[in-house]
Amino acid sequence: MPEVIFKQPDGTTNVVEADLGSNLREAAVQNDVPGIDGDCGGACACATCHVYVTPEWIGKTGTVEPDSMEESLLQFADDCRDNSRLGCQVEVTEALDGIVVEVPLGQH
Amino acid sequence: MSTAAAEVNDVNSIPLDEMNVSNPALFQQNVIEPYFDRLRAEDPVHYCPDSAYGPYWSVTRYKDIMEVDINHKVFSSKSSLGGITIADPKDRGPGNDFELPMFIAMDPPKHDEQRKVVSPIVGPGNLAKMEDTIRERAGEILDSLPVGEDIDWVDLVSIELTTMTLATLFDFPWEDRRKLTRWSDVATATPESGIVESWDQRREELFECANYFKTLWDERINAEPKNDLISMMAHSPATRDMPYMEFLGNLVLLIVGGNDTTRNSISGAVLALNENPDEYQKLIDDPSLMPSMISEVIRWQTPLAHMRRTAVADYELGGKQIKSGDKVIMWYLSGNRDDTEIDRPYDFIIDRENPRKHLAFGFGIHRCVGNRLAEQQLRIIWEEIMKRFSRVEVVGEPERVFSNFVRGYKTLPVRLHPKT
Repeated sequence: MPEVIFKQPDGTTNVVEADLGSNLREAAVQNDVPGIDGDCGGACACATCHVYVTPEWIGKTGTVEPDSMEESLLQFADDCRDNSRLGCQVEVTEALDGIVVEVPLGQH
Repeated sequence: MSTAAAEVNDVNSIPLDEMNVSNPALFQQNVIEPYFDRLRAEDPVHYCPDSAYGPYWSVTRYKDIMEVDINHKVFSSKSSLGGITIADPKDRGPGNDFELPMFIAMDPPKHDEQRKVVSPIVGPGNLAKMEDTIRERAGEILDSLPVGEDIDWVDLVSIELTTMTLATLFDFPWEDRRKLTRWSDVATATPESGIVESWDQRREELFECANYFKTLWDERINAEPKNDLISMMAHSPATRDMPYMEFLGNLVLLIVGGNDTTRNSISGAVLALNENPDEYQKLIDDPSLMPSMISEVIRWQTPLAHMRRTAVADYELGGKQIKSGDKVIMWYLSGNRDDTEIDRPYDFIIDRENPRKHLAFGFGIHRCVGNRLAEQQLRIIWEEIMKRFSRVEVVGEPERVFSNFVRGYKTLPVRLHPKT
C-alpha cells in the first residue's frame, strides 16, 4: 500500500499507509492524523481536509481544476496557496507512494 | 410528554399532501420532530402546495440536503429570488417588503468576494488571539452568578458571552453592546413572535441599527485599517462601496450569525446535559471528550432549523421534479435526525464515533463562516463552568422561540451547584 506522509506545522510527521483508490482525506481520518477533520465525509462540501502538496509532488497530484467545487471551497480556506488541495479530491495511486503533504495551521 | 404523544397521533392522521412543517408554533412547542420523522419515512422530498409562505418543497433527508446545499448553481441563495429563509420579503407587506442583500444571500462571484473580506477574522490565526479574552470574560460572567438561586441562563450567560464576543469582533462601543442582542432578535422576528409588535417596528429598529453602524463606519473609513469587521469592510474594495441596504444586510448577517446561533447552542448544552446525566458523568470522568461533546451539542440543538434556496433550473431530487422558480427548504433539523446517516440520532452521545458529521453548519460555499468561533466559545464556557460548578441544574421548562428558522430559547431557568 502506498505510504503518505503528513507533515504537521510543528515539524512532526504522521506516516500512514493508504488504500489504493482511496484519497488523502480518508488516509488521514482513518489513521487519526491531527488537523484533518473531513467534516463532510469526503463529498467536497466543507474544505476541512485542506493540505499543501509539497512542490516535488505537485506534478503527480496536479493542481486544483479551475471552476471546480474544490476551487470554490478552497478560496475560503485559511491561507490558501497555489499548492493547496482538498485531501478528498486527491486519489491515492501507486504513483503517490511516499508523497509528503503539509497540514495547515488550522482548518477554517 | 402527553402533548407530544397527542401530536404524534395527529401527525399520522394528516393527509400527506396537507403536511405543513413551516408553522412556527410547532417549533416553539417543540413538537416538530414527529412531522419530520414522517416525511423522512414516507415522502422525503415533499411538496406543500399551500402555506403561509406559499408553496414550498421540504428536503428532509441528510443526503438530499447535502445534494441541494452543494449545488449552488441550481439552488440559488439570491436575495432577489427570496434569499435564505422560507419567508419572502413580500410576506411582510407594502413598505416592509424590502430585501436585504447580504453575502449569505448572494451567488458567486459576488458572494465569494464579500465572504473573503470577513472570513479572516474567524480564521485560525485570529481565533487563537481571541482565546484568552473569551476565557477571561467567561470566567467573569460565571463568577458573577449567584449560587443556589434560580437564574435565567439565557440572559445571564448565553446572551452575555456571545454578545461580548460579537462586540469585540465589531469593536463596538462596550456599554451599548446589548443593542446587538436586540438587533439580532429583531432581524429574525415576526409580529407573532412577541419580539416586535409590527413589521413597521422591525423596520424602524433595523434602520436604527444601520444608522448606528453608519457612524462607526464613517469613523473607521477615515482612520487607519484595523482588525475589526467594520474597519475590514470599510477598507476592502469588495465591500467599501456597498449600497445602504446591502450594508444593513451584511450587518444583520454578521449580527445574527454571530449571536443567535451560538447563544442557543450554549443554552442547548445545559439542557442536553441535564436530560442526559450519564453523558455529563462521561465528560467529568474524561474532559478530553469536550470537543466531541461540543459537536454533539451543535447537532442536537441545530440552532438554525432550515436554510432556503430557490431553484433556477429544473432538477430531479429523490425522484421528484423540482421546477425552476420553486422554493426549496433544507430542513437541517430533520437531516440531523436521519437515522440512515446518524446512528441513534435522537440520543445525545458525547463520545459518538463521528461527532463532526452533522448539518448544523450547512455545506458547500455557504457553510457557516464562524463555525470555529462557535465551537471555541462553547468549549471555553464549558471548561470554565466545570472548574467552578458541579452542576448547572435546570429547574423549570425552557421557553422556546416562535420561529421555524432560529431554533432557540427565550429563557432557561437554572440553579448552580458549587464544586465541593
